[in-house]
Amino acid sequence: MTGTILFTIACLVALGLLFAVVLYFVAQKFKVEEDPRIATVESILPGANCGGCGHAGCHAFAENVVKAPSMEGFFCPVGGNPVMTKVAEALGRAVEEKAPMVAVVRCGGTTACRPRTNEYDGYASCKVMASLYVGDTGCKYGCLGKGDCEAACQFGAIHVNPATGIAEVDEEKCTACGACVKACPKNLIELRAKGFKNRRVFVSCINRDKGAVTRKACSAGCIGCGKCAKTCPFDAITVENNVAYIDFTKCKMCRKCVEVCPTHAIHEVNFPPKPKIEPKPNEENV
Amino acid sequence: MKKTFRIGGVHPHDNKISAEAAIEIFPAIETAYVSMAQHLGAPATPIVAVGDKVKVGQVIAEPAGFISGYVHSPVSGTVKSVAPRADIAGNLVPHVEITVEGDEWMEGIDTSDTLVKEIPYTPEEIIEKVKRAGVVGLGGASFPTHVKLAPPKDKKAECLILNGTECEPYLTSDDRIMRERPQEILIGGAIMMKALGVTRGYVGIEENKPAAIASMTEAAKAFPQIEVITLKKRYPQGGEKQLIDAVIRRQVPSGGLPIETGAVVQNVGTSLAVYEAVQKNKPLIDNVITVTGSCLPVQHNYKVRIGTPMSKILEVAGGLPEKAAKVISGGPMMGRAIANLDAATVKANGAILVLTEEETRRRPESACIRCSKCASACPMGLEPWLLNKLSRAGGRHEELEKERVFDCIECGCCSFTCPAGIPLLDLIRISKAEVMKIMRSRPKK
Amino acid sequence: MNKLIVSPSPHAHGRESTQSIMRDVLIALTPAMLVSILASGWSVLALICVSVVACVLLEFLIQKYWLKVPVTVTDLSAAVTGCLLALNLPPNAPWWIALIGAIVAIGVAKMTFGGLGQNIFNPALVGRVFLLVSFPVIMTSWDDGGSMFGLVDAFSGATPLGAVKEGLKNGMTLSQITADDLTFSQQFFFNAGGSAGELSAIALILGFIYLLCRRVIKATIPVTILCTVFVVSGIFWLANPEKFTNPVFNIFSGGLLLGAIFMATDYVTSPMTTKGQIIFGIGIGLITVFVRYFGSYPEGVSFAILIMNCAVPLLNKYCKPRRFGEVKK
Repeated sequence: MTGTILFTIACLVALGLLFAVVLYFVAQKFKVEEDPRIATVESILPGANCGGCGHAGCHAFAENVVKAPSMEGFFCPVGGNPVMTKVAEALGRAVEEKAPMVAVVRCGGTTACRPRTNEYDGYASCKVMASLYVGDTGCKYGCLGKGDCEAACQFGAIHVNPATGIAEVDEEKCTACGACVKACPKNLIELRAKGFKNRRVFVSCINRDKGAVTRKACSAGCIGCGKCAKTCPFDAITVENNVAYIDFTKCKMCRKCVEVCPTHAIHEVNFPPKPKIEPKPNEENV
Repeated sequence: MKKTFRIGGVHPHDNKISAEAAIEIFPAIETAYVSMAQHLGAPATPIVAVGDKVKVGQVIAEPAGFISGYVHSPVSGTVKSVAPRADIAGNLVPHVEITVEGDEWMEGIDTSDTLVKEIPYTPEEIIEKVKRAGVVGLGGASFPTHVKLAPPKDKKAECLILNGTECEPYLTSDDRIMRERPQEILIGGAIMMKALGVTRGYVGIEENKPAAIASMTEAAKAFPQIEVITLKKRYPQGGEKQLIDAVIRRQVPSGGLPIETGAVVQNVGTSLAVYEAVQKNKPLIDNVITVTGSCLPVQHNYKVRIGTPMSKILEVAGGLPEKAAKVISGGPMMGRAIANLDAATVKANGAILVLTEEETRRRPESACIRCSKCASACPMGLEPWLLNKLSRAGGRHEELEKERVFDCIECGCCSFTCPAGIPLLDLIRISKAEVMKIMRSRPKK
Repeated sequence: MNKLIVSPSPHAHGRESTQSIMRDVLIALTPAMLVSILASGWSVLALICVSVVACVLLEFLIQKYWLKVPVTVTDLSAAVTGCLLALNLPPNAPWWIALIGAIVAIGVAKMTFGGLGQNIFNPALVGRVFLLVSFPVIMTSWDDGGSMFGLVDAFSGATPLGAVKEGLKNGMTLSQITADDLTFSQQFFFNAGGSAGELSAIALILGFIYLLCRRVIKATIPVTILCTVFVVSGIFWLANPEKFTNPVFNIFSGGLLLGAIFMATDYVTSPMTTKGQIIFGIGIGLITVFVRYFGSYPEGVSFAILIMNCAVPLLNKYCKPRRFGEVKK
């Protein structure tokens, strides 16, 4: 009896040793020489593998950044500046701070202001819907609300609000990886600077139709009247193809444009509620 | 045994309820909106300006490229505007708007009913005449006919197949023209055979149109080189590849052109248009449109001038009933749902179909039970369940290409047959477009 | 006027639905169920009821309260599983056997994989095999209390396949074992002993014809299985008729018909293409014959189907349908 047990133990130990030796030699033989810095960089990266940096996942990013001579052109949108600083430190390089970005959905045509003109009954995908026709409202440019952006987002940062029928970004979760920007067939989503204290001013519309056509389709659309461009003291607003655009690198967030927009297509976010000041009698309407 | 194609196919109820309605001339309209994008390829360039007087059959736009076509005024009157206008999907397309004044035709167009049998033209003259008349394929794809009549030099056409299958449910416009104008169709066929330099012609007609088969067979007695073939009723027999397979038992190789089998397929409606263009000098300015639907009190087959708003046609046909839930341009299998009823008809419009909610509302989707009915129904021998699965996963273009998503003809058999109500084609269609874009962007060998 | 509906083509849909298909399967199973009720009395009816109710209820409870997904019991797939499970039990099995089988079939084999369409193995068969290995005595004793309406003489003892196996083990030759038993016509109309659903070949074939007419299944899988069994057992039988049973006996005995017609053709767990289905059928046929001839169990259809179920993903991957334009002229 004892003999059997001992024999078994001996056999197993011998087998274990044999396998260990084989494994050791195989590992040596097939070892892949890799720059150890790649592993270091990869361990700093968030590991989301979202592809937002333009590389095929975090490992590819690490590989490319180690090979590259400088940090130029490399930015992990998910990790942002803190991660990039750490990566640069690990590689002994200098890095420029980038303004943090956030995805912005440029459509304000809620169900209430953009009446539905027909009913879509196909597969719930913006891609399918957009390839079929202009959409279920009079506006050819607006949010279709079928959630391709939601499906594309790895971070659960964008959702279609069933009440408004428009996608909304959760700023806390958004990493500006740009997946939704690529997914949106209407090209509605833009990465904009997050702004001081997350404050932003933007034109929430990309409707390029003439003002009268836009107005008929949606009460919240930009009609390209140009009042905002005239009001802007910083030349940050351009009106092209019947739609205004605010350049976020020039915008100083004075919010004058927000006030003059006749259709309230210019949105301001995360500003504290305005102190209620009675308009002075001599103030003119622009 | 009656012929049919060899792979897949489904049997939707044919619902040819407008088959006994003879072709009526649609009453004169007040304004015509003529689209510049009535053919596959580049939109035509308008050559008229606001205020110009035009006559019926006058050229108002010229082709903008090799695959493009002429557009003629379908009415006489004054050009009111040349501007973008929404098509059935709501997309803006350049249109010429013409206010109708009288009905004055261009000189040289023979508007009589006399049959002209002699074909005194050379193949080059025929092709030029067809091109000048703006004839496009009326089966749905609206491919310019003159391009198809001049196959590449290294490919040799062996026969012409006239497509009278009309395998889509409800549609009866081809049925009606085959019953009412068989001689003209066959002369048109003979003209195209002369242009192609072939001596063999076939007319494929499905068995559910006995009157059309009888009238075409009778007329074909005068055309020994053209044979009328009765085909089994099966969708999508009217697909170019399926029809070639059914009639001459040859399959277009994957990724290849139909001409590689030696066959050129033309719709019977196109054949009639070719007859009118070559023998009567009449450009393609009108077409027969079936206005049908179980909820419509009266079914119609109208001969309508191109550029008539769909809403106008529906109004003349008795208005849209309360029960109407979907209006389709074309048949229920491959037609396009109309989002904008004010859109004007184009050359390839063959039908306006009105469906009720219960006829057309999609079923709620349930889990795939892997019954493989979609694969059995696919006329291209693909596996729609797999293509759909890969499409839903996203970014699997390589596998999709390996599974030959580009072979899909978008006939809808898979979605039609799926017992779980999965809209298979919706996403496959998108994947197909994406994969073909990738394939085209590759450098050619 | 209402808002118009807009959707991609096609705008029409065929009449078939998951529910209509499952309903057809239930209708096709009716003759076999009737025969077993007539033959074995209320106990079979009770088994069927317990099994169906348990399967449906279990799926409902799991979907509603555990997974919290939409309840889909109305598609009748759970009812089909319940019926098949009951038909795979001995007619005199106690009711709780059916209950345990249902829990394994629906709870383990179906819902853990994600419900209808996701399971790798045929749920009813997993239930049966679980019972077979857990309760071998109950699952292989075919004592019968007597026919319900006195139509058939009461029978007891082993199934024909069991009897053959037992006899061969004891050194008897086939001619000795089958001297007074098992004529072909008897098997065809009425089998002596066996699971509830295995009693009458003709009832199963009636169901098969119904399914074919309704285009619910194609004949490919059942026909390949039966042909393979016939050919392979034929070869063995010709080589040694004293040791190996004859092909006709093999086809009509045991659960082969039930398995080939109703279990192997289960959509979810069978290959998608004709090519794959033929390989699948041949595999089932081969394994069945080998288990019957050389295995320790008298019957091997359930094992054969479950083993071939494993191969289905592979078969789907490598067996592609004939593509249009593939064969050049």
